[in-house]
Amino acid sequence: MAHTDHAHHDDHAHHGPAPGIMRWIKTTNHKDLGTLYLVFAFTMFFIGGLMSLVIRAELFHPGLQFVRPEFFNSMTTLHALVMIFGGVMPAFTGLANWMVPMQIGCSDLALPRVNNWGFWLLPFAFCLLLSTLFMPSGGPAGGWTMYPPLVLQMGEGFPFLIFAIHLMGISSITGAINVAVTILNMRAPGMTLLKMPLFCWTWLITAYLLIATMPVLAGAVTMLLTDRYFGTSFFTASGGGDPVLFQHVFWFFGHPEVYILILPAFGIVSTIIPTFARKTLFGYDSMVYATASIAFLSFIVWAHHMFTVGMPLAGELFFMFSTMLIAVPTGVKVFNWVATMWRGSMSFETPMLFAVAFVFLFTIGGFSGLMLAMAPVDFQYHDTYFVVAHFHYVLVPGAVFSILAGVYYWIPKWTGRMYNEFWGKTHFWLSAIFINVTFFPQHFLGLAGMQRRVPDYAVQFTDFNEISTIGAFGFFLAQFIFIFNMIKCMSKKGVPATDRVWEGAHGLEWTVPSPAPYHTFEVPPYVGDDETQSLHGAAKAH
Amino acid sequence: MSDAADSGTSRGLSSAKRNALVLVVVVVGMFGFGYATVPLYNALCVFTGLNGKVSNQAVKETAAAAVDTSREVKVQFVTTVNGGRDWEFRPLQSSVEVHPGEFVTVMFHARNTQDSDLVAQAVPNVAPIEAAKYLHKSECFCFNNQPFKAGEEKMMPVRFVLDREIPPEVDTVTLSYTFFDVTEAAAKAAAKTAPKS
Repeated sequence: MAHTDHAHHDDHAHHGPAPGIMRWIKTTNHKDLGTLYLVFAFTMFFIGGLMSLVIRAELFHPGLQFVRPEFFNSMTTLHALVMIFGGVMPAFTGLANWMVPMQIGCSDLALPRVNNWGFWLLPFAFCLLLSTLFMPSGGPAGGWTMYPPLVLQMGEGFPFLIFAIHLMGISSITGAINVAVTILNMRAPGMTLLKMPLFCWTWLITAYLLIATMPVLAGAVTMLLTDRYFGTSFFTASGGGDPVLFQHVFWFFGHPEVYILILPAFGIVSTIIPTFARKTLFGYDSMVYATASIAFLSFIVWAHHMFTVGMPLAGELFFMFSTMLIAVPTGVKVFNWVATMWRGSMSFETPMLFAVAFVFLFTIGGFSGLMLAMAPVDFQYHDTYFVVAHFHYVLVPGAVFSILAGVYYWIPKWTGRMYNEFWGKTHFWLSAIFINVTFFPQHFLGLAGMQRRVPDYAVQFTDFNEISTIGAFGFFLAQFIFIFNMIKCMSKKGVPATDRVWEGAHGLEWTVPSPAPYHTFEVPPYVGDDETQSLHGAAKAH
Repeated sequence: MSDAADSGTSRGLSSAKRNALVLVVVVVGMFGFGYATVPLYNALCVFTGLNGKVSNQAVKETAAAAVDTSREVKVQFVTTVNGGRDWEFRPLQSSVEVHPGEFVTVMFHARNTQDSDLVAQAVPNVAPIEAAKYLHKSECFCFNNQPFKAGEEKMMPVRFVLDREIPPEVDTVTLSYTFFDVTEAAAKAAAKTAPKS
């Protein structure tokens, strides 16, 4: 059993964390880097959240109140880039850093120095990106999708935007290679691929999506750069290029990217629901195959983001039907989660609350996605607040709720202290209510014809916009409860956590002490049937 | 799954490096794929007429081209000046009725209303996109860029034919031209070729 291995750790006491700030700068420890990634991600959530408040404050009433339209547009653009590349993706990488080695029973990621480098690229990338706000011509304001020719007309911040994207891309590619190689090569004896916790599976598939698509984005933005400064005409119509090609290339990256933002969430939820339902996950194998199918389908549906650019009918139909096909594996997952809860002895601690809300609210986002998948009606919905409502439903009560659930679920293991359950539940209920207050009215606004990315709107949209703005401020303020709750755990105040932490928790990460020692599984544990079969059901024979 | 049984940490590290290297190769390959989409897309567009792109290659005019007099297709002309410049650019005729297989010449009028020289490039587009690959041109001002002196006026011909194979449901074809200002790019290109010639 893994417990006995910890005797070895005393020999490695001199390998403990270095003192002072250099510990964090030079660290190659997966737990340190996981913490850094998470702290960075929540800092970015805060910055991106402030930007969304600027947007919502401006939209509280029709007409221009607080900001100039150019600044409003750079807020929508930067909010997206900061939240996607600075918030959700580093948060998932942080969770992978912490949990993947502990879940598969290895001592660290396969490439620890690359891991350190990958993290430290991020602060520089976002300094480059956010510095554009202080330039006379302002930040990028053409939307996060960077469509030419508009993006090529940006001011002197343009190369900063491009190089920031390059650095974010390199960072996430290094993270992805690291996770993929770790999972493929460093599993403890007996941890076969189909015994792995689902968080590892979803991250493995996410890593392949990142490896396959981030370089395509890097190529596309490099072409933008040479179009602007070196006279090439990849997307410049006057030189024989085609701006529509950029949209195709961008969404060839962009659609897998939206699954990069949600597959690890599926993994987290698939870990948490069995714990608090005190049952094994229903349909483990089908979960793995569903994840792989979603990943495959994500490569052949990209043009559903651009139904209105003018496509042959056959193209519209192909992308419409292939998009709807994604509902099948996604439905498999949702039904599996529900079946896992069915007749379980459920308890509703904070991680479970967030996970159940994820299942419900993510499904709403999935349904509005199906509506958008229909090419004929997409002509009405395109570039309206209906789209904004759709992707915020899958990203906020989807990806962000899963990150919050994961942090609540694992922080007792990381810090050795339980968070405050009362404040956790308060945080959950405020978040769940305010997020719906924020985004549900946006469905109606979109259907009624309110455009996205415009700082002004027709007066009949005022009521719903006021509700939405109140929700956004409420949601933002509620997150401080979470921050203080977590800081309390990190400063070692609170009830000490047991090693197992949760009654129904299974997996290698719960066999090490709480807080997890600086080095775990230096000697690979033997993966006994009791830990992995509980994931699968004892009847499963391998 | 038997491969995991021997994936112990010590043995895992050397093959981990190999796997990492393979993934780096995939990354480089996908970066290249991003660039490869450009010629692939252009070839696909010209081949299928996707996106209303038309070939910028002049076709040879054959004297004995058979004309399908049983059909008439309306060809409309649309002109735009990119970036809201106030140059004059318009077709002399808003539309013509043509028989498939019949060569027709139409004229466009352009005038540089600025008080400086400019070089313009016209980019053609055809709607509906199903018709794009059936419209061939033997002569077009869009094949080359067009220099204009300050205030200069030009009459520019386009000679085209609709392929006899054009789908029967197409009864109207719109040929649009957008004029782009390429003065800077043309000057750069001229400077590049000048020392050689």
